[in-house]
Amino acid sequence: MRSEWNGFVGGKWESEINVRDFIQKNYTPYDGDGSFLAGPTQDTKDLWNQVLDLQKQERAAGGVLDMDTKVISTITSHGPGYLDKSKEKIVGFQTDKPFKRSLQPYGGIRMAEKACSDNGYEVDPEISEFFATHRKTHNAGCFDAYNQEMRACRSSHIITGLPDAYGRGRIIGDYRRVALYGIDRLIEDKQEQKDSTGRVMTDDVIRLREELSEQMTALKMMKEMAASYGCDISKPATNVQEAIQATYFGYLCSVKEQNGAAMSLGRTSTFIDCFAERDLKNGTFTEEQIQEFIDHFIMKLRCVKFARTPEYNQIFAGDPVWVTESIGGVGVDGRHMVTKMSFRYLNTLINLGPSPEPNLTVLWSTRLPENFKKFCAKISITTSSIQYENDDLMRVTHGDDYGIACCVSSMVIGKEMQFFGARANLAKCLLYALNGGVDEVTKKQVGPKYRPVEGDVLDYDDVLSKFMDMMEWQADVYVNTLNIIHYMHDKYCYERAEMALHDKNVKRYFATGIAGLSIVADSLSAIKYAKVEVIRDEDGIITDFKTTGEFPKYGNDDDRVDEIAQKIVHRFMTAVRRHHTYRGGIPTTSILTITSNVTYGKATGNTPDGRRKGQPFAPGANPMHGRDTHGAVASLSSVSKLPFKDAQDGISNTFTIIPGALGKEDKVFAGDIELDLNK
Amino acid sequence: MTQGHIHSLESFGTVDGPGTRYVVFVQGCPMRCMYCHNPDTWAMSGGTPTDPEYIFEQYKHNEPFYKNGGVTVTGGEPLMQIDFLIDLFSIFRKNNVHTCLDTSGIAFRPDDEELMKKYDRLMELTCLVMLDIKHIDPSMHLMVTGQPNDNILAFAEYLDKKQVDMWIRHVVVPNLTDDDKYLYKLGYFIGGLSNLKALDVLPYHTMGKVKYEKLGYKYRLADTPAMSQSEVIKKKEVILNGIRDKRKELGLSGEHPHIGNEE
Repeated sequence: MRSEWNGFVGGKWESEINVRDFIQKNYTPYDGDGSFLAGPTQDTKDLWNQVLDLQKQERAAGGVLDMDTKVISTITSHGPGYLDKSKEKIVGFQTDKPFKRSLQPYGGIRMAEKACSDNGYEVDPEISEFFATHRKTHNAGCFDAYNQEMRACRSSHIITGLPDAYGRGRIIGDYRRVALYGIDRLIEDKQEQKDSTGRVMTDDVIRLREELSEQMTALKMMKEMAASYGCDISKPATNVQEAIQATYFGYLCSVKEQNGAAMSLGRTSTFIDCFAERDLKNGTFTEEQIQEFIDHFIMKLRCVKFARTPEYNQIFAGDPVWVTESIGGVGVDGRHMVTKMSFRYLNTLINLGPSPEPNLTVLWSTRLPENFKKFCAKISITTSSIQYENDDLMRVTHGDDYGIACCVSSMVIGKEMQFFGARANLAKCLLYALNGGVDEVTKKQVGPKYRPVEGDVLDYDDVLSKFMDMMEWQADVYVNTLNIIHYMHDKYCYERAEMALHDKNVKRYFATGIAGLSIVADSLSAIKYAKVEVIRDEDGIITDFKTTGEFPKYGNDDDRVDEIAQKIVHRFMTAVRRHHTYRGGIPTTSILTITSNVTYGKATGNTPDGRRKGQPFAPGANPMHGRDTHGAVASLSSVSKLPFKDAQDGISNTFTIIPGALGKEDKVFAGDIELDLNK
Repeated sequence: MTQGHIHSLESFGTVDGPGTRYVVFVQGCPMRCMYCHNPDTWAMSGGTPTDPEYIFEQYKHNEPFYKNGGVTVTGGEPLMQIDFLIDLFSIFRKNNVHTCLDTSGIAFRPDDEELMKKYDRLMELTCLVMLDIKHIDPSMHLMVTGQPNDNILAFAEYLDKKQVDMWIRHVVVPNLTDDDKYLYKLGYFIGGLSNLKALDVLPYHTMGKVKYEKLGYKYRLADTPAMSQSEVIKKKEVILNGIRDKRKELGLSGEHPHIGNEE
């Protein structure tokens, strides 16, 4: 065994790149409570105050403090940057100083230019010229290949939020590999992969060989970048501080080169804990020191920033990075995977205060230890900063070493990736079905000229059949558009750093998404159970509805309408599955517009459920606002009936509740009598 | 099966007994507590006639949510509809569901033999009673609720005799139910009951006010401020002192009934 690995239990992971095997052989499940945790050190407080001050300055400057307009960001483009070198236990920024946003033109030069100009900066004209004339971008590639129909669908927003002008993101490198194996070993492994590709030079083999070379280049640059900070990551990490630092460097490389729609971290806490346990046992570090490393690590993740346009921020309701870190869960052998490190990660929300980033996500199982459940509940109540996901559901498909990209997309770390595909606006599709492909807002013929509905009262069977036909068309143009997008992204904006930390043969999910599910379900329910009359404008286009009578609404645990919602999801997925997908991607769908529902609503006319033109959609798979009248369980129950097999990329439900309604407030817990009679 | 007159059904109750619970609000209550936040459940007429089977079906549909909880009947005053309660809880207990009754105890009549048989039957089917004692002092109780409290206190003792688990709830209203003397007395009384499993001291809030306006009722506590969290913790301590003293007297010291819905 290599000397860096002394004290670890050996196994397959020594002879092959296999982080999961290392974790399973070496992690220590923790059943205790949070009483062992350490508070912030003085250095932590000082550094965090510096960050808070920078945040304040950034807000005062209108949202951006500094932008690079001259240097194209690569792994090694910038020298080291610090807050206060003498205090930072974990180092590394995207550029040469904190809060300075990097220039990333490969997704699209115009987006990069606009991100600068909207914030009062100007990209160096030479760079603009170079990317306009000599070096094509992902965005330019897409528009070269799009057809008229795709452009029309894009501008009418029946398919929307497409990653054709910005980085697609949603790919998680196995950043832990850097810590466990060191870069040299990873390069060796990649060289072996390249040497073992097929000998017949088909398109696929040529592309793979080129990509593997790109990956090796990225790995070499990682080492160089780390060296500029005085760190050697060519060899395995020898202690927990080095392990955190190496893992972070891996991640940092990916955000230096990709301004993706979601740049998630993976599942690092239990891995890091193996190192922490070894160091605690050997007396290398104290609990306070280990917490300090984690605090500094999380602090760095909170400082990841990208140059973005106001329009982008509108789609995503803010400026999110989606540094999602998945915590906890249960192993396939039945042991839970909560470690002391799971507590330490969540403890950063206390030590540094609440924050939406990194998106700390607890993989929830009924079998998590009670102490950890209580700790999560406590942190949730005090900070509102934890996301929860159903491990019992996802473990069946992905095993016990998957992570979440963005908010709900699950993938096995280092073995699976996703082609992010934004979403199809189903509410608009329903209106196209009624109007024979004519857009209700622009009055343009966007979809196929199918027969519109006739008469004044909508007939359920007629509308349903027309909707299903229109949805087939929508899925068709949607999947084809995504095929172009991902082809071009691979070609012009390849994620070499992230893919260098993946296996050779990666399973690719071809993610699609739907928006407006609850609107369509309620609309069809209204047509079926109430009376919906149409109102046509002077051009004969249906632009409004008059609905009389009651109808069941999604979100009340009423099978009459919940079944409609299930049927829509199933039919949409069936339509998507029928298509050829780029690089053999496995089609999935998500129902998760938790931020862009507002934007989609703006582009969509009146709908038969009573929603008015421009009104926001419900987020994700939520019922429409105010229509769930039977309490939270009934509402959740409607959502939980949606078939996960048809929406494997995730179903989200945004749930807000005042803490008082979840239980009695602190110290007045029900059932708490605390009868100390000796008092 | 006796139908219940139901005010409403709530699928996600988190403060009405242990765990997440399905909550049945019945219509009708003889009490007129000055601070009641559900005055819409007072009227003895009205409510939706509902079969116990229907309620169980609704519960069953979402059973996984209630794994650590169960069903709670509150109101209104559930014990005004004791035949319905017996039928309802029979179904739930047959299916091994935790049953909880949230009551003021006002309908208890120890001298009514016929009724007592029903009470005996119901208590066989009830896992937990949350008894809301509005005031320990008879004349104050009459003032606050419009009803005497002798039967309510008798009900608490009856539950002790039957060994039905009991949580005591008490709402602390400034200048009305917050007198330390009476709070201590309340503690001293319940300290003698061996079935006591928890004490739930609730701060008065003003959220019910709007309902009164809607119903056209006069809200008699219009000038009473809400009770603060820190204040209510002190008040709880007074009640606990009463409990401790009574327990010491009874020689129960050392016993530490660790109580509640921890899991």
